[in-house]
Amino acid sequence: MSSQATSIQLEPLSTVSSRTPLQNALRRLFRHRSAQVGMAILGFLVLVAIFAPVLAPFDPRIPIRTVKRRSPPCIHVLGCPADQEEHYFGIDGNQRDMFSRIIYGSRLSLEIGIATVSFAIVTGVILGAVAGYSGGWTDNIIMRLMDVLLAFPSLLLSIAIVAVLGPGLINALLAISFVSIPVYARIVRASVLQVKEQDYVAASRALGSSPLGILVGHVLPNALTPLIVQATLGIASAILDAAALSFLGLGASPPTPEWGLMLGEERNSVFNAPHLVFIPGVAIMLTVLSFNLLGDGLRDALDPRQVNVNMKAK
Amino acid sequence: MSQFLIRRLLLLIPVLFGITFVTFALARILPGDACFAVLGEKATVEQCNQFKERFGLNDPVLVQFGRYLNDIAHGNFGESLKDSRPVTQIILERLPMTLEVTLGAMLFSTTFGILLGVISAIRRNTIVDVGTMAGANIGVSMPVFWLGLMLAYVFAISLKGTPFWIPPSGRLSSGITIPPLTETYHLENLSGLWGAIVTLASNTVTFNALITGNFEVLRDALWHLILPCVAVGTIPLSIIARMTRSSLLEVLGLDYIRTARAKGLIERAVIFKHAMRNAMLPIVTVVGLSVGGLMSGAVLTETVFALPGVGTQLVSAILSRDYAVVQAFTVVIALIFVFVNLMVDFSYGFLDPRIRMQ
Repeated sequence: MSSQATSIQLEPLSTVSSRTPLQNALRRLFRHRSAQVGMAILGFLVLVAIFAPVLAPFDPRIPIRTVKRRSPPCIHVLGCPADQEEHYFGIDGNQRDMFSRIIYGSRLSLEIGIATVSFAIVTGVILGAVAGYSGGWTDNIIMRLMDVLLAFPSLLLSIAIVAVLGPGLINALLAISFVSIPVYARIVRASVLQVKEQDYVAASRALGSSPLGILVGHVLPNALTPLIVQATLGIASAILDAAALSFLGLGASPPTPEWGLMLGEERNSVFNAPHLVFIPGVAIMLTVLSFNLLGDGLRDALDPRQVNVNMKAK
Repeated sequence: MSQFLIRRLLLLIPVLFGITFVTFALARILPGDACFAVLGEKATVEQCNQFKERFGLNDPVLVQFGRYLNDIAHGNFGESLKDSRPVTQIILERLPMTLEVTLGAMLFSTTFGILLGVISAIRRNTIVDVGTMAGANIGVSMPVFWLGLMLAYVFAISLKGTPFWIPPSGRLSSGITIPPLTETYHLENLSGLWGAIVTLASNTVTFNALITGNFEVLRDALWHLILPCVAVGTIPLSIIARMTRSSLLEVLGLDYIRTARAKGLIERAVIFKHAMRNAMLPIVTVVGLSVGGLMSGAVLTETVFALPGVGTQLVSAILSRDYAVVQAFTVVIALIFVFVNLMVDFSYGFLDPRIRMQ
């Protein structure tokens, strides 16, 4: 142990004491290589989403009557004849500009990811907190129900739920967030059980804090790290699942510029117009990749135990 | 050990009960009247009453649930309204394809995942390791249906005319068929559970071809399975490779490994005989957990490769509101998933004596 301890680079006391835990975590996050890549891609995507109306040369929903269906990308710098109109990613099967559709798709994808996970977190936090606080049969019923939901392959359960609610983007999102509730409920419940018996919570209760006050003031801060990490990774899988449902024709409906739907609509033209399938897939992959990398980085940066492990490894 | 097995089996009861309850409840919470949802908006009151009478929808919910459980236990999943035939028959036709893809993908992902993970762990922080882990990160982020389409494009179009050409769709090449096992072995009068098992085995083309020695069909079927299995297996492969790497690295830092090296064992023996045995537990867990993803992946890629499996049927059932089929497929896949996880739990007992002693 002592030989390992000597190899740890100790920071000067003055800098250690001047930083709050949050600042330390952020510092670790910004130094984490995969988090850097993740944040760079995500930042780019967010900018694209915000400035979509400025960046997109055409309306993503309206066909351009003058162009040929499924024509390949035309970029003047790369040798496309100057008399042809420029379409960076080509034209889709409904004569719409792919570049504009991809750009607007980033908006939808980010919205989908954040909306589903927010809904799942809020519901999961409530269920987990109720289960953890009340204990007994309430806890048992809620958590057994969560176990059952986890017993299904998640995408298949969302497909089954969409089957009941009917195809559509909103229903698909509801289904995806519903099946991801158990993970958050478990995290919060575990945290409640851990904190419930602590002296400072008893003190807070004696001072007259309401259960809600204790939840917000003491339980959630303790559960925040795993929740943030799980939420970031959850956004990645929510985007993938939503794309899958749209691909199958159970999610977004045409002419919405949703990447999964764009892939699904053009899947039969993969052999003669591969760009129509290739580009939306790369867009989905980059978005999901950015959240996955950021999630990995957050896990390492926010978990103090992980820091020790990393330092030992060095 | 037997106590351990029995305890695990008892824990299964509430889960099975829950799964059947959820799928039962799903079909009951159809928006609006179930009758209109199934028969369409134009159904008359008489038709509705007849429909409710026929499916026992007027009985108390608990009675209905009891009947549902009883039916499932007897392998009766109701009737498909679209095809007007028992859903069990559809399952026996469709499930083998999905299971073939799932198993093939599992084989692919486990073999290469563990191999790549071990290589990354041994060659830690080299270009091989960094490359593999970067690839694994990209691998988990790809939509499986997109990967399927891209593989189809590369192997069927770009490599057309080369020996690496692989068929992009279908289960067997046109003109190649295989007789059902009932015909080969004259088992026509089998019924009930055995009949179902034989039909299932018979529809599993690779299995059928293997035991009847029909190697031309086997080769063709496996050839068609390559692309779907690679597509479906890539995400689990990435997860397994990452887990193998981190699990092995953790074990390699332990004292007994240093002892093994100190006593002069060759590195291969240290890795595979000493380290891997202890590193296996988290890997097996990940393999078990990935089965859900594999089955979902198989369902998604079937539509890409035009394979006659659960996925293609499920999507058409949803779009035509054939709820009995959706419900049955959901239950069957969940049951398979639970069964696989049970096997994973059992394997812990074999891999780690401490667990079965508990």
